[in-house]
Amino acid sequence: MPSGSPPAGHEGHPSVPLSPTPSNRKMCSLALFPPPPPPGDVTLYEFNNALVSGRSYEKLPLTFQGQMEDLPTLTIPKENLKAFSRLEYSTKPAFIHHRESLWKRCIRAWRDIGVAGVLEELANAEEEQDLDQGMNEQSWVESSKELVLQWMKSGSRCALALCCWISSLHGSFFPHLSLPSEDIIAKFSQAVDWAGCSIRAFAWHPHTNKFAVALLDDSIRVYNTNSTTIPILKHRLQRNVALMAWKPLCASILAVACHSCVLVWHLDPTSLSTRPSSGCAQVLSHPGHSPITSLAWAPSGGLLLSASPVDTAMLVWDVSTENCIQLQWFGGGGVTYLAWSPDGSKVLAATPSAVFRVWEVQMWTYEKWPTIKGPCRTGCWSPDGSRLLFTVQGESVIYSLSFLEYSGEQQRQVGGSKTASIVADLSETTFETLYGEERIGGEVQSMVWDPSGERLAVVLQGNSDASNFKTTIAVFRTRNNPVFELLPCGFLQGEDGAQPQLVTFHPCFKKGALLTVCWSTGRISHIPFFFVTAQFPSLSPGQSPLVPVGSWSHTREQPLFSEL
Amino acid sequence: MGDVSTREQLSILRWRAAASIAWSVLLLPLCVAVFISISSIDLFHPVQWITNSFNDLYTSYVIFCILLLSGVILVINIFNVQFHAVVPSIHCSRLALISKIIHPQQVIHSVAHAVMGMLVAWCAAVMTKGKFLFLSMPCTATESVPDANRHTCLNEYHLFLLLLGAFMGYSYSLRYLVKNLNYLPFPAIQQYKYLRFRRSLPLLAKHSCVESLYMVRNFCAAYYFFGYIPRAWIMTTMNLRADSHLPLLDTVAGLLDLSLLYHSWLCGLFLLMTWYIAWLLFRIFSTEAHHFPVQPTFAEEADQCLPKILNSNPPPLLKFLALQDLMFLSQYSSVRRQEVFSLSQPGGHPYNWTSICGECLNLLSDLTHKLIIQQEIAAANGRLKQPSVGDLTQSFSSPAPEESSFQTPRTSIFPRAHMHSLVKSSLLPLKTSPASDLGSNLGSPFNTSLLGHKPGLLELNSPWHGSVQSPHIMRRGPKLWTSSSDLQLTGYPDEPHPVMVVAKDAKEAAQPGSFYIWLQNKKEQVLPQIKDYIYLHDFFFFQIKNFLSKRVLIMYFFSKHPEASIQELFSDTQMHIWALEGLSHLVAASFTEDRYGVVQTTLPAILNVLLTLQEVIDKHFKLPHVSSKPPKTSGNLADTSYKTLRFALRSSVKTAIYRITTTFGEHLNAVQVSSEHKKRLQQFLEFKE
Repeated sequence: MPSGSPPAGHEGHPSVPLSPTPSNRKMCSLALFPPPPPPGDVTLYEFNNALVSGRSYEKLPLTFQGQMEDLPTLTIPKENLKAFSRLEYSTKPAFIHHRESLWKRCIRAWRDIGVAGVLEELANAEEEQDLDQGMNEQSWVESSKELVLQWMKSGSRCALALCCWISSLHGSFFPHLSLPSEDIIAKFSQAVDWAGCSIRAFAWHPHTNKFAVALLDDSIRVYNTNSTTIPILKHRLQRNVALMAWKPLCASILAVACHSCVLVWHLDPTSLSTRPSSGCAQVLSHPGHSPITSLAWAPSGGLLLSASPVDTAMLVWDVSTENCIQLQWFGGGGVTYLAWSPDGSKVLAATPSAVFRVWEVQMWTYEKWPTIKGPCRTGCWSPDGSRLLFTVQGESVIYSLSFLEYSGEQQRQVGGSKTASIVADLSETTFETLYGEERIGGEVQSMVWDPSGERLAVVLQGNSDASNFKTTIAVFRTRNNPVFELLPCGFLQGEDGAQPQLVTFHPCFKKGALLTVCWSTGRISHIPFFFVTAQFPSLSPGQSPLVPVGSWSHTREQPLFSEL
Repeated sequence: MGDVSTREQLSILRWRAAASIAWSVLLLPLCVAVFISISSIDLFHPVQWITNSFNDLYTSYVIFCILLLSGVILVINIFNVQFHAVVPSIHCSRLALISKIIHPQQVIHSVAHAVMGMLVAWCAAVMTKGKFLFLSMPCTATESVPDANRHTCLNEYHLFLLLLGAFMGYSYSLRYLVKNLNYLPFPAIQQYKYLRFRRSLPLLAKHSCVESLYMVRNFCAAYYFFGYIPRAWIMTTMNLRADSHLPLLDTVAGLLDLSLLYHSWLCGLFLLMTWYIAWLLFRIFSTEAHHFPVQPTFAEEADQCLPKILNSNPPPLLKFLALQDLMFLSQYSSVRRQEVFSLSQPGGHPYNWTSICGECLNLLSDLTHKLIIQQEIAAANGRLKQPSVGDLTQSFSSPAPEESSFQTPRTSIFPRAHMHSLVKSSLLPLKTSPASDLGSNLGSPFNTSLLGHKPGLLELNSPWHGSVQSPHIMRRGPKLWTSSSDLQLTGYPDEPHPVMVVAKDAKEAAQPGSFYIWLQNKKEQVLPQIKDYIYLHDFFFFQIKNFLSKRVLIMYFFSKHPEASIQELFSDTQMHIWALEGLSHLVAASFTEDRYGVVQTTLPAILNVLLTLQEVIDKHFKLPHVSSKPPKTSGNLADTSYKTLRFALRSSVKTAIYRITTTFGEHLNAVQVSSEHKKRLQQFLEFKE
């Protein structure tokens, strides 16, 4: 029996499970979930509305084997990856130090870095001049030179100090700006442990059984079910990969959000080469736009959005011509997360401060929503683009925001509702199982909605100081028509000691939904959810034809909406 | 052009131009205020400075200046409107550029801009006040000249500013031509006009500052060397004297006057800013998306309907707007898509769809032809040879409207027919040699008595008979004319096309032709084999090329940059990109929205055109000289997006095909296309392209 701290607001829920009629029940909570599978068990698949778990990653039952193509389940342990070795980013230290005159060094710094480099060079010009002074006898030319140099030195020092002060002032408004860029990425990445886990990013191709995995050593591997070659992508500029995205309506173009640029790999799908040359990659960079943490392709193919938590402008790239347009706004301080709605009409852009925006893509206007507690952490769109689910840092609830039905070009506005409603409470809940008590719940790290709009997977990050707390994946059944509903489905569990790192739904799985989970052990597993997509709004997913009425299932044993 | 487009159609463009002019005039007082306050900047007395500049704004001469400047802006705007182009003109060689510069139209443009620049500089000088105010001023008192006899002296500072204005106006006009500032680029995403203006303003300001700096530098250099000429002329005509107490400005000391340099820079900045703002506003207003109705609600609106505009021959800007609107409606508006798929009320014909689809397919297949011809030439010469393409496309695009609306037969011929044409044409004469008495034939190319009445010749030409309209045959005409002389001519006594083509290319072929005839007459008995003639012919061209390339100067002017000719080929491709996107979105939407099945009937034709185009574009990017990656563009004010249009086209063709294949999926197997295309479609279905 679920117990613990039931949140306020669901006491009045009707106890009828899966009631098809809309009621005043709005919220779903973790307390309604079935208890997690026993330790050591691994969630294998969902069938007949119940999650089935087994002792290990065994084969699926024969009835399902034909239904799933051979998706590679693989493990990439951290130990096998070559250590990250490139700490120096320029070739300068590799050469023997050579003494040049100050002016030459200034000119070079100007070319390499700009004004800041010249100031730096001037401010550090001290020790060499002391040497010079020792060698040369004083003449008036020398002394005047000395004086000018002193002035310039103090002037450049003042300028640098002023710059530092201003940037620290700026940083005090937006604390994330003072972090090193790796920490910025780790903070805003959708991955649970971006810095430490061997898998940093994962992306399914939108149309085929192909996926790309970005690893800790900055390489990317592309797996394809139909071919045995596994291209490994490496590029000089491919560092700190935060996100990858395949171009829709295209065979094989992969955009990679790197430290300083967006790399767009053009892979030949028929090629047998395992190491595509770096000539296959387009480099899209823009000054001041780094590190890039989020990317989004327009579902209709042409445009690519990129955003950085440091840059207040998000860039709209026309990838084929490498031109970009800045979408500037003031306030908010950067963009941390982008999500393009599947129907292509709206884009969610979250900022590091307590406000997020939703853009409408026809005229590129936005509406903004201030949140109370903190910045928007993650968000996902319903398939028709009419509903946005999002979570906020510091709160363990899921909000829902509904939008007007998108109808033609008369509507050149976003059309969001005034306020967001809370649809699920994910606060900490204790489950008492046969094997001891387990505490599950907390802030949401990332959230994905499957393309048919019937399953929602949420990664809940545990509190690190609690002992028996762990990061878990909670799966909801969702329904968008005629009224939005969120029903519990269950918790997913990996092998012992494996924490979920990334979750993604397969974009074109025919038999229901297929969730791909990257675990902290480096394992990538695919968990199918077999159900029949509700063609008609009246048919709830729970009553799909797969389920013989009255048949045995876990969900029926567990009263879903118990009053305790 | 004007006879087809009606007044209603043109009024769309007229209103946009008028609005942009009105806004640029309205923004003028603001620019003047900023200019006055900056020119009289005084950091030590800020309050006085601000009050003074405010007071200055209301003085009568500033108001007069504003009126005068409004006139200037109006003229500049009229030039902008008159010279605008949606298809940039790309200068393939330096000679073409020079001929553009001395073209009367451009000369008028330059002179008018120089005069306008002078007027702006005069206004700037008047508003700056101080030592710049008048052209003449009383000479500073010298002890030698008595008061009664005081002469007026020339104020060289004023003259300097006026000449600077003229110089800047002329430079602006030249830059307008060279950098294609008249080109109207359509933005990749739509934004409101105010936002677009605000987004471009910082770039505009930065660019104007830098450009003004460079122009002042250039002008100083010019004035240093040639400044004495206008000064002497003014002094003699107006009977002015030089002030002996002030340094002359064509000396280093005179030019190193900081206040002069600052005010000249500011004057240049003011000129460039006001003109660029007018230019920017016109660009923003005229490229804004326009909403064309698909079906007329009233009879008088019939001319403004999308299908009507697409099918008529309106001003290019209007056609671009219509195609852009087609792209938007196909992507965003289900209501208007319904209108496209609807049937006409009495009769039930899908007129809207037929005309829209027909026009898009026409555009795309025209592009296909253009590319095929270009590839043909590139394959023949090993390098691009541009100017003949324009002639040829005109020559064969004229019969196009008479053909069936979707041109399936015509396009399906090309891919197979145009390959190895070089091989074929060089092999052919060898085949013919035993069949007829070539010796006498070759000697007299226009010998009418021989015209085509030889059965052997007709037989030879018969393999081509079915595909006369194919452009590569026409292209082959002149090739045969120069290599194996009149075989082609004699083969077609009653076919008009080859004759026409030969006439078109006469100027190209005339010289080598006559030389060749002479050569043949000489060598008739000695060299009976045509192979040798061909060899000689090639040798001759090689000699000429060699001869010319030694003259560096000639090559400098005549050499064509391969990149430029490719850019020219794709200069109007924005149109094709929109047609592709509009068509593919409509087809994809028809899967669920087309209730009467009007799209199904044309689906084979659409797939055929798209796949052929895709193939041809793929082939184009494999040609030598064709880079496969877009060049790096810096943040420049002049939009260079036309340089990269071909890359956009390449990706949008693929996206368009994928859009159709992902929507229809396996259903496409039921569509009737040729087996070759079926194979390619299967590759697209498997995401292997």
